[in-house]
Amino acid sequence: MEDGYVNIGKRLPRVDGIIKATGEAKYAADLSMPGMLHGKILRSPYPHARIINIDADKAKRLPGVRAVVTGNDTIGFKAGGISARGDEPYLALEKVRFIGDGVAAVAAIDEETAEEALELIEVEYQELPAVVDPVAAMNEDSPLVHEHAPRNISYKTDLSYGDVDKAFKKCDYVREDHFETASIRHGFIEPHAALASWDLSGKLSFWGSKQSPYFTYRNMAKALGITLSRIRIVQPFIGGGFGGKNEMFDVDFSSALLSRKTGKPVRIVVSQEEVLFAYRQRHPTIIDIKTGLKKDGTIMAVDAHIIADGGAYLSIGAMSLYLMCSFLCLPYRLPNMRARGYRVYTNTQPSCAMRGHGVPQSRFAAEVQLDMAAGEMGLDPMEIRLKNALGPHETTPNGFVITSCGFEESIIEGKKVIEKWRKDRPKDGDPNIKRGIGVGCYGFVVGPRVAGHNTAGAVIKVHEDGGVSLMTGSTDSGQGSDTALSQIAAEVLGVRLEDVRYGMVDSDITPVDPGTYGSRVTFITGNAVRVAAEDVKNQLAEVAAKTLEANPRDIRFKDRRVYVAGSPERGISFPRLVKIAQYSGAGKTLLGRGYWAPEGLKVVNLETGRGNMSATYSFGTQVSEVEVNTETGRSKVIRMAMLHDCGTPINEMAMEGQLEGSAIGGIGHTLTEEIIRKDGRTMNPSFLEYRMPTALDACNVEILHTDTYDDVGPFGAKESGEGIQVSVVPSIVNAIYDAVGIPFKKIPITPLMVLDALKDKSGK
Amino acid sequence: MKELIILTINGIEHGVLVETHWTLLDVLRDKIGMTGTKKGCDNGECGACTVIIDGEAVLSCLILAIQAQGKDILTIEGVSQDGKPDTVQDAFVKYGGIQCGFCTPGMIMASRALLNKIPHPSTEEIKRGLSGNLCRCTGYVKIIEAVENASTTEIT
Repeated sequence: MEDGYVNIGKRLPRVDGIIKATGEAKYAADLSMPGMLHGKILRSPYPHARIINIDADKAKRLPGVRAVVTGNDTIGFKAGGISARGDEPYLALEKVRFIGDGVAAVAAIDEETAEEALELIEVEYQELPAVVDPVAAMNEDSPLVHEHAPRNISYKTDLSYGDVDKAFKKCDYVREDHFETASIRHGFIEPHAALASWDLSGKLSFWGSKQSPYFTYRNMAKALGITLSRIRIVQPFIGGGFGGKNEMFDVDFSSALLSRKTGKPVRIVVSQEEVLFAYRQRHPTIIDIKTGLKKDGTIMAVDAHIIADGGAYLSIGAMSLYLMCSFLCLPYRLPNMRARGYRVYTNTQPSCAMRGHGVPQSRFAAEVQLDMAAGEMGLDPMEIRLKNALGPHETTPNGFVITSCGFEESIIEGKKVIEKWRKDRPKDGDPNIKRGIGVGCYGFVVGPRVAGHNTAGAVIKVHEDGGVSLMTGSTDSGQGSDTALSQIAAEVLGVRLEDVRYGMVDSDITPVDPGTYGSRVTFITGNAVRVAAEDVKNQLAEVAAKTLEANPRDIRFKDRRVYVAGSPERGISFPRLVKIAQYSGAGKTLLGRGYWAPEGLKVVNLETGRGNMSATYSFGTQVSEVEVNTETGRSKVIRMAMLHDCGTPINEMAMEGQLEGSAIGGIGHTLTEEIIRKDGRTMNPSFLEYRMPTALDACNVEILHTDTYDDVGPFGAKESGEGIQVSVVPSIVNAIYDAVGIPFKKIPITPLMVLDALKDKSGK
Repeated sequence: MKELIILTINGIEHGVLVETHWTLLDVLRDKIGMTGTKKGCDNGECGACTVIIDGEAVLSCLILAIQAQGKDILTIEGVSQDGKPDTVQDAFVKYGGIQCGFCTPGMIMASRALLNKIPHPSTEEIKRGLSGNLCRCTGYVKIIEAVENASTTEIT
C-alpha cells in the first residue's frame, strides 16, 4: 500500500456540496422547457380488476388538455427483472393488480388541468377477487394475480448443501422460530419525476430521478419500440434512491409517450402520497428458521423457509429472494444448509431492492435467533459469533469466495465496546427504564455479478490548465460516489480533487453502465476510473519522459507536479506538461479510457443459489444500546457503535455519513416504520403516519475500523453503508432482548408489542 | 380567480399573477423560478420547502402566496452573501451534512431560523429545531454537527 496520498483517505467535502447547499443543484422536478406540458397519472382504485373500457372523451375535451394515453396506446411491453418473465406494463393492459397501478396518463397545460382531467376519465372495471396476504396467496384455490403463476409463486429459490437432516440429529441444541418483517419504505424525500422531450426526428431526450439511468435507457427503447440509440437519458441530481429508483416506472414511460403524442416536452412529478401507495417497498417476509448447534456453540445446520411478499409484479424480486436465501451462509461458517424461498404475488404494491437488498430480512431472523440460542445455552453472544466467524480465504459451501476480511477483528473490537459501555453505564435512576446492549453482524456483496452487462466504463479528458473532466455511467444518488470517483482520478493523475469536474450521466456521451445497486459504484466504477486515469497518465508520462529526459516508467505524478522518481527537482507542473503534450509536434488529444469488471465471476444461479457473485465481501459488527421504558413500552436507541471492514476508505467523511444514515434509518426499520394496509389499501401514505426517524431519534454513532486493504478494490476500498444496514436491526432487537429478556421476532417493535410482551412475561 | 400580488423575496419585489389558492411553494418554484426550495410532500410533513418569513421558519407548502404579501421572505437563494455561501451552508459542506441534497435547502433554512433565535443552541435544541425536517440519507448526525459548528463560527 502506497502512502502519502493527496486525495485518497481524506475527509474531503463532496464535489457537489456547495451547489446542493445553495439550492442551485437541479433535480428532475426543477427542470422545465419552453412549451412544456404537465402530466398526471390515473391510478387503479381496486386491488384487482379487469379493465372493460376506458372512455377519455370528456377528459380530452377539457380545455387545456392535450393528450390522454392508456395501455391501448402502447405496444404492450412488460418489464421485469428477468426480461423473459416481464409481467409489468407501464400502463395497465387488460387488468389492474394493485391500488395505485397506472391506468392512464394525461398531458395538459398545467398540473391542475391535468388533475381535473383525471376525474373525467371513465374507466369501467370488473372487480376481481383479490389476494393481499402472501400465505393465503399460496393456496391452490386463491385468486391468481398473474395467470402464468400457479399458487401465485413469482419466484422460487431452493438452496441446499450438506445434509441438514443428518446434521440436526447430531446437534446438541436445536431451535425453531417464526419471524416476520413488515413492508417498509425506501423513504427518499424526492418524489419520482420525469421530463421527456420527443423531437420530430424521432429521438427522445429524457431527464428523470433515476439512480440507475441505464435501466430506463434500455427499457424505454423496448417500451416505445424504438432503437436504443434514439434514446438519450440525462441524469439530473437524484434526491435519494436506496433501491427504489432503479427501475423505470409509469411516470417515466408516460412522460415519453405523452411527449411523442403531443410533440411537446412533458413533465410528470408524482406526489409523495403516490410514492407511498403506488411505488416500491421492501419485501415483507415471513421466515421460519431452524438452527442447530453443538454445545460449544458451533453452528451445524440451518433450515429456513422464507415467504416474501412480492406484491403485484416481479420487479427484481428474483434477486431479492436469492439474496435472502444465500446470505444465510454469511458471515458464519455453515456446513449444512437448506433455504427454501418463495416470492409470492399479491395484489399490493410491488416489492423490490432496498438498502441491503433482501439480506436484512433473513439476517434479522438469523441474528436474533443466534442470541436466543446463546441465551438458552448459556453462551456469550460475542463468543458464539467469534467461534463461527468466516475468515479470509475461506469459501462458503454455496461458492462465496472470501478474500480480504476483517470480520473477526470487528467482533473482538465489538466486545471491547460492550465491556466499556457496561462499565460507563449510568446507574439506573428510573426503575421503569431498562437498559440493554445488543449485537448484530454482517457480510455483504461488493458489486454483485448479475445477468447481463456488468462492466463500468470511464472517460477522462485533460484540459490544458491542468483541470480534468471525468465521465462515467454511474450515478450518485446521494451516497457520494461522484466524490469518491473524482478522488480516485485525482490521485492517479497527481492533481487535487478540486481540479476534477465530474460529468453526470448522459447516455449520448457517458459509457454504458449497469447502475447504482449492490454497492458496486466505488468498487467497480472506481476501478474503471483508475484504469482510465492510468491510460491518460501513461500518455502524459511519455511526453514527460522526453521533456525530462527520463524513462516513462520513472515519471511520477503528485500534487500537480510531474517529476522523475528519486529526483523531485527534475520536474514540471502538471498544467505545463499538458500544454507541452497538446502543443508540441503534431500534438496530442488527451483522453483516457478505462473499463473494468471483476474477472472470473460467474452469474449466480438464482434458483439453486450456487456461485460466487462478488469479487470481495465487506464485513462488520454493529453494537447498539437501548433504553426500554417498561411503563410506556417505548424503546429508544441511545448509542451505537459500528465496527466494520469496508476495505480502505476512499473518503473517511463520506464513509461515516453512509454508516450513520444506515444506523439511524435502521432505528426506524426496527421501531416505527410499517406500511399499514387494509384490503390492499395503504392506510398511511404520508410521512406523518409512516414514521421515519427525525433528528430527535439521532443518537451518538461511534465508528471504528477493522479495515483491510482489498487487493482488487480501487486503493483497497470495498463498500460501506449498505452492508451494515443488515446488522443494525438485529443489534437493536437483541439489545431490547438484553434489556427486558424478551426476544421479539417481529419488526417493527411497537410500544404496544412491548407492553403486551411484558404483561405475558410477568403473567407466566 | 387570479390576483396580482407583490412578494418581497430575498429583498427584491416580485409582481406575480396568482390564483388565490396557490401555495407560496408553487409560486416560488413555478412562477418565479426559484427551484432551490424543494417540494417533498406538499403537505407540511417533510420540511424540504422551509423558507424564512419575517424571521420565522415556515413551510412554504402550507402558506398561500397571497398570505405572504407584505412580508420578508427569505429563500435558500437569498442565503449566500456576496456570491459566497454563508456560515451555515459552509458548515453543511465542510462537515458532511449533505448527501443527496434534496432536504438540504430546507434543513439550512430551518438551521438559519434556529440560529437567528438561539445563536448557540445545545444539541437537544438543534435536534428539536430540525425535527420537522426529514432526511433519509445522513441519519442527521453530521447535520447536527454542522449546525453546532456553524453556531460557533457565526458572527453575531
